[in-house]
Amino acid sequence: MGSEDDLPNLLSDCVHCGFCLPTCPTYVLWGEEMDSPRGRIHLMQQHADGTPLSGPMVEHFDRCLGCMACVTSCPSGVQYDRLIEMTRADVEREHPRSLKERAIRELVFQLFPYRRRLRALRGPLRAYQKSGLERLVRRSGVLERISPSVAAMERLAPPLGRAPKLPERVAARGERRATVGMLTGCVQAEFFPGVNAATARVLALEGCDVVIPRDQGCCGALSMHSGREDEARAFARRTIQMFEAVDVIVVNSAGCGSAMKEYQALLADDPAWSGRADALSAKTRDFAEFLAALGPRAKREPVPVTVAYHDACHLAHAQGIRSQPRALLAAIPELTVREIAEPEICCGSAGTYNLFQPEAAGELGDRKAVNVDATGAELLVAANPGCSMQIATALRRRGAGIAIAHTAQVLDASLRGLGRDALVARDS
Amino acid sequence: MEARLAVLAARLEELLGAGRVITDPVRLRTYECDGLTNHRSTPAVVVLPDTAEQIAGIVRECAAAGTPYVARGSGTGLSGGALPRADGVLIVTSRMRRILEIDIPGQRAVVEPGVVNLDVTRAVRPHGYYFAPDPSSQQICSVGGNVAENSGGAHCLKYGFTAHHVLSCEVVTPDGEIVELPADGPGYDLLGVFVGAEGTLGITTKITVRLTRLPETVQTLLAAFGSIEAGGGAVSAIIGAGVVPAAIEMMDALSIEAAEAAVRCEYPPGAGAVLIVELDGPEAEVAAQFTEVERLCRDAGAFEIRIAADDEERALIWKGRKSAFAAVGRISPAYIVQDGVIPRTALPQVLAQIDALSAESGVRVANVFHAGDGNLHPLVLFDDAEPGAEERAEAVSGAILDLCIEHGGSITGEHGVGVDKSRYMPRMFTDTDLDTMQMVRCGFDPDGLCNPGKVFPTPRLCGEVPGVRRGAHPYEGKADLF
Repeated sequence: MGSEDDLPNLLSDCVHCGFCLPTCPTYVLWGEEMDSPRGRIHLMQQHADGTPLSGPMVEHFDRCLGCMACVTSCPSGVQYDRLIEMTRADVEREHPRSLKERAIRELVFQLFPYRRRLRALRGPLRAYQKSGLERLVRRSGVLERISPSVAAMERLAPPLGRAPKLPERVAARGERRATVGMLTGCVQAEFFPGVNAATARVLALEGCDVVIPRDQGCCGALSMHSGREDEARAFARRTIQMFEAVDVIVVNSAGCGSAMKEYQALLADDPAWSGRADALSAKTRDFAEFLAALGPRAKREPVPVTVAYHDACHLAHAQGIRSQPRALLAAIPELTVREIAEPEICCGSAGTYNLFQPEAAGELGDRKAVNVDATGAELLVAANPGCSMQIATALRRRGAGIAIAHTAQVLDASLRGLGRDALVARDS
Repeated sequence: MEARLAVLAARLEELLGAGRVITDPVRLRTYECDGLTNHRSTPAVVVLPDTAEQIAGIVRECAAAGTPYVARGSGTGLSGGALPRADGVLIVTSRMRRILEIDIPGQRAVVEPGVVNLDVTRAVRPHGYYFAPDPSSQQICSVGGNVAENSGGAHCLKYGFTAHHVLSCEVVTPDGEIVELPADGPGYDLLGVFVGAEGTLGITTKITVRLTRLPETVQTLLAAFGSIEAGGGAVSAIIGAGVVPAAIEMMDALSIEAAEAAVRCEYPPGAGAVLIVELDGPEAEVAAQFTEVERLCRDAGAFEIRIAADDEERALIWKGRKSAFAAVGRISPAYIVQDGVIPRTALPQVLAQIDALSAESGVRVANVFHAGDGNLHPLVLFDDAEPGAEERAEAVSGAILDLCIEHGGSITGEHGVGVDKSRYMPRMFTDTDLDTMQMVRCGFDPDGLCNPGKVFPTPRLCGEVPGVRRGAHPYEGKADLF
């Protein structure tokens, strides 16, 4: 990393204009300077100037969702994404957390990045959801008393169905146009298996050979966005190895895609890996980004449904992908796309945020749910599993009935001529 | 913290509740400056009230304790008008952001002071209306701050400043009373005095703003010129032809470079200056005038003219201009945003003099301005890591204001005096002028606790005998009678 890229230089890019404030979810909630990007950068500057990390400082860094809306709105080009990641790593190194906080964080970081552990949880979770115990536990508020984070995890778990197993290779239909690798993700794979199946089918129907390495692990997004650098690097190296044989990797989870595009920076100081990391970042494509560039070939059958499209922060702000998913959806006959008000404001999911900051995440979820509800759409489309769980939970709280799908599932329904019922009759 | 202030902070917490009073030093420091970062001062206490009654309570507590206080909205001011006092309380209105009433038939809206300027327009646009004052920071600056600074923007050439769009203000006076200052009615125009007083006469807690009908049509063009002089010639020709555009904005090569780096506005390459001209109003009138403007630009030497075909293209043209200040961060580690006014006709001459100043001192100056009303915004660039650079930039920045005064202009067009320009006030006004202004201030705030240290070069207590002068001042020593 060159000196242009070091913390003091990155900090000095901020001219304190305040243009980031109205797009910052926590500033929108509380209207306080230290819970805005400009205020957090000021706190980072204080720390860089020698003020030790204090409880209040860490509190304001922890409250940042890492949604990157401020990066989009900044006219001075401040790389807040880099700044908050560096700061989070400092916090992990320098700031002792309470026993309870440590326990919850370990639980999250030992569970979510590991598919097998998540899979082991599926059976008991399904039984729990089906037995009626779920309603009992929620009514009792017992989890809330143990830990608001654990209660948030329980609330967010989507209703689980059967998980179809994906083959290691799916052959292109018709003449082959490309060979692509596919990341299955951790939460996506275990909690939203239907999304992965749809992704593979749509890619194949559009003429792609899809390679799905069975031993792939976590991409490291959760760790990277939480300052757990070493853990993130280990996940990144494994993912790089796994996909070295393919020329393009298609990722259907916004958080994972954005993390993989950042491997470049994550491994920049590792001479043995930096070149390989660059190569992986360069060939990573979001699902919608890839399909829009490839162009349509398969016939789109009508899907008469009104859709509200939700911009996942790690897709819109971190990867700049806004028009492609909208264009893919709008090209489906008889489908209407509606815009959600305040599209730039995060839904509160933000990786692990809704687990560590359940209160703020809940408020943001409610705000998003109101805006989604106001569109009058029958189907909410989002490209990130975290967003889907978060918004579904918030809508349920409002008693609003809206089905939820990934862009891939809508395309899948169109390409296979399944009609609207395939989408609005289920919610995962 | 001083014991006196600790007692005050405790009383304020009783008034507002926990979590609305900040005393932790790390948190307080994030409030040490607004949009102008070369003046910094960490407040002793920050309060985040929700209601006018709470503000009145805070002001009464401060008055009783003899503690100065400063009101702040979004903290985007560019003259340090909301710079906190190290020995005082900072009253932040950013949580008071409700739009209380929208009265479309009456063409007015009632808003709290923390409401963001652009949010007013967003709320009324579906009804065919908007809030006309449009500072470049309109996406975040607060209406309360607009009132304090009498903010303007690109479209003030045709539509006027904030003062022309405020129908009444509810104000907490420095003695803690809540009063209404209406725009009409008999007697003195106190609202006229209050708007633009930079928060020195009281704190506004509710603002009734005028809503303006969206024009039937808007036409925007971008004209590229080889030089600033050629662009300046086009401005004079347009105004001389009797056209009143909604806005005429000019940017020079350096500010174009910055905007390009920041938002990729794709202005014509190689331009020494670009002019943005916007016309709005009835379709037939705009169409006729637009053709004329286009011709006048070509006659003045425009080598490329782009006409926005739709709102998206218009937004792209404006994006470069609206982000220009912050965008300069891309080409310079630090900079001073200057704000001065000159007669429009002196534009080419003053710009040549600014060029000469820049060449002489080696300090780069980027120019962005509201060309139609002669409001200059030179951006004086420097590297804050280089010893002495800031002082040199300050010197150039001050010299630019001298140029403005020499040509019969003003030291500020719309950013206000604040702390940043108070020292230039004596260059523009005589002692008698300043004393008269001071007496108005004393009429509202005899104890000098409401945003003290702003606007006036040498703070004086009310009733204090001003300095030596020829002959007696008619109001000398009578300030306490106001």
